[in-house]
Amino acid sequence: MAIFLTDQSKVIVQGMTGSEGTKHTARMLKSGTNIVGGVNPRKAGQKVEIEGVALPVFATVAEAMEATGADVSVIFVPPRFAKDAVIEAIDAEIPLAVVITEGIPVHDSAYFWAHAGAKGGKTRIIGPNCPGLISPGKSNAGIIPADITGPGRIGLVSKSGTLTYQMMFELRDIGFSSAVGIGGDPVIGTTHIDALEAFEADPETELIVMIGEIGGDAEERAAAYIKENVTKPVVGYVAGFTAPEGKTMGHAGAIVSGSAGTAQAKKEALEAAGVKVGKTPSETAALARQLIEAKG
Amino acid sequence: MDLYEYQAKELFAAHGVPVLPGDVAETPDAARAIAEQLGTTVVVKAQVKTGGRGKAGGVKLADDPADAQAKAEAILGLDIKGHVTRKVLVTPASDIAEEYYVSFLLDRANRTFLAMASAEGGMEIEQLAVERPEALARIPVDAIAGVDAAKAREIVEAGKFPAEVADQVADVLVKLWETFVSEDATLVEVNPLVRDPQDKIVALDGKVTLDENADFRQAGHAALVDKEAEDPLEAKAKAKDLNYVKLDGQVGIIGNGAGLVMSTLDVVAYAGEKHSGVKPANFLDIGGGASAEVMANGLDIILHDPDVKSVFVNVFGGITACDAVATGIVTALDMLGDEATKPLVVRLDGNNVEEGRRILAEANHPLVTVVDTMDNAADKAAELAAAGA
Repeated sequence: MAIFLTDQSKVIVQGMTGSEGTKHTARMLKSGTNIVGGVNPRKAGQKVEIEGVALPVFATVAEAMEATGADVSVIFVPPRFAKDAVIEAIDAEIPLAVVITEGIPVHDSAYFWAHAGAKGGKTRIIGPNCPGLISPGKSNAGIIPADITGPGRIGLVSKSGTLTYQMMFELRDIGFSSAVGIGGDPVIGTTHIDALEAFEADPETELIVMIGEIGGDAEERAAAYIKENVTKPVVGYVAGFTAPEGKTMGHAGAIVSGSAGTAQAKKEALEAAGVKVGKTPSETAALARQLIEAKG
Repeated sequence: MDLYEYQAKELFAAHGVPVLPGDVAETPDAARAIAEQLGTTVVVKAQVKTGGRGKAGGVKLADDPADAQAKAEAILGLDIKGHVTRKVLVTPASDIAEEYYVSFLLDRANRTFLAMASAEGGMEIEQLAVERPEALARIPVDAIAGVDAAKAREIVEAGKFPAEVADQVADVLVKLWETFVSEDATLVEVNPLVRDPQDKIVALDGKVTLDENADFRQAGHAALVDKEAEDPLEAKAKAKDLNYVKLDGQVGIIGNGAGLVMSTLDVVAYAGEKHSGVKPANFLDIGGGASAEVMANGLDIILHDPDVKSVFVNVFGGITACDAVATGIVTALDMLGDEATKPLVVRLDGNNVEEGRRILAEANHPLVTVVDTMDNAADKAAELAAAGA
């Protein structure tokens, strides 16, 4: 099964002809993703050859969907054009839009999120400022390295890209149903809770690892959700215990404001919900390993 | 980026939010000249990016220009919660009949914006929210619809503002919203919004936080950065486009990806508990696709931090291959030559790790130790920092 992204997914790339877009389209193709085209109004009608595949370029997302049956768009458009690109994907009602772009002004993200809501929520948005998601052995939409690990029983949801890779690496012998990087911005389309809900419903996922970091209260809300709704074991990790108050730590959303958004508060909330929380990535991986081995 | 009060009020004024006249001074003489020009009793206010200025002696009334000079003399240089006052705002003293509170901010949890308003302003809003939550109205604002006259009216009613000033406050709200949107702010706050005895409304103090992601379309915002107040290493890192935060420990940290670097700081702090309590000296994220050059720039910053006793380079090769990272380390050490004097502990994993480790082994640099896991590398870096301290 996997979540959000399966072997049936047909993927288009907005910004495919840009340097990042081309590089990662090649990587996605190599990892077996069914990429069916790209979007760029200035190159519409052309074909672009990437990794030996001649990919058609369309003027709009709607045209690309019409012609190819695409149901996923991966967006590599630069920050100043990202809002329009996401709105275009929403207006075309594509089921999944994965926004990789880092550095989108939060007024733009809040705007397209409101637009998605006004359009009836037909498009699931993942990101922005995220590595995308991978369902190993099935499909890869974004920039997560596909060769770290293969398919397996763990579902992973994370605010951080490199911690996603680190955790996949630590548990590479067990493998993952899906790994979803939800992004480190203050406003994101898919939350920990959305992924937890999907993993709970996914028969291939037996254990969930959730990675959070300082800022906001998404982890606290996820903890409350887990307590009420999740029956599968959840292992957690939170980064940023040593982060000082008032400083943005790399991700736009990673900031402790006053006493709000601390790693300690998040860890305590998760533990109170029955989540085993690791002190370090390796301890977290060890906890996940114990639980999955106990399942046999 | 947080703004100083005077900068916030300049933005307010530019968008039509009523503020009092006044100017900033960096010397007592300049404060005196501003008071002379204003020709009235003035308030001399420390410009620091923290609360509690009044209690710390950073806000004083002055009867005449000579007094303004004396008060500025007392306030300039004052340390308020670790912020040294280098500028004072000199502004007319106002007669206050009532104090109110209004703000717009990003509501992360609901992924929208929020208006907060109260007819009971003047105190710290966190305190009001705790002590009298019913007095603080919280009204969601749709990011697309924004705040028009009708929405402003709704906020005014929810905030229970007196009828005599309702229209004026609503007008302020519309203009404050315009400030919020057109300046790409994540917070605009007026506290207090003041009603004078003649029922005129004015923004007496303000706070603004700007979204740095919007710098590409906010050409004016670069001028609002207080270069003097910046940590010199942070300024140097920023000039090289590096994501760097100076901390107060001894182990320099370089990693790729914000989450992994935050995690590295934590792991080093835990390891430090066993090694004389050494702590991370900085946050430095060289990014997911970091090149050799970026690695060299990062090492250059960290090795020039006098507090750093050892360096931990923690990279998971995802998009960046480990061989590129290893080449970056070797190149950086070559470039730095004799300036590089601190031990480096390197942990590489992921994409092309064997080649990365081979490059480091072949270079055989006396300062570099390669350790195979993040935990062991953190321990080694902490041990070396403790030995060098």
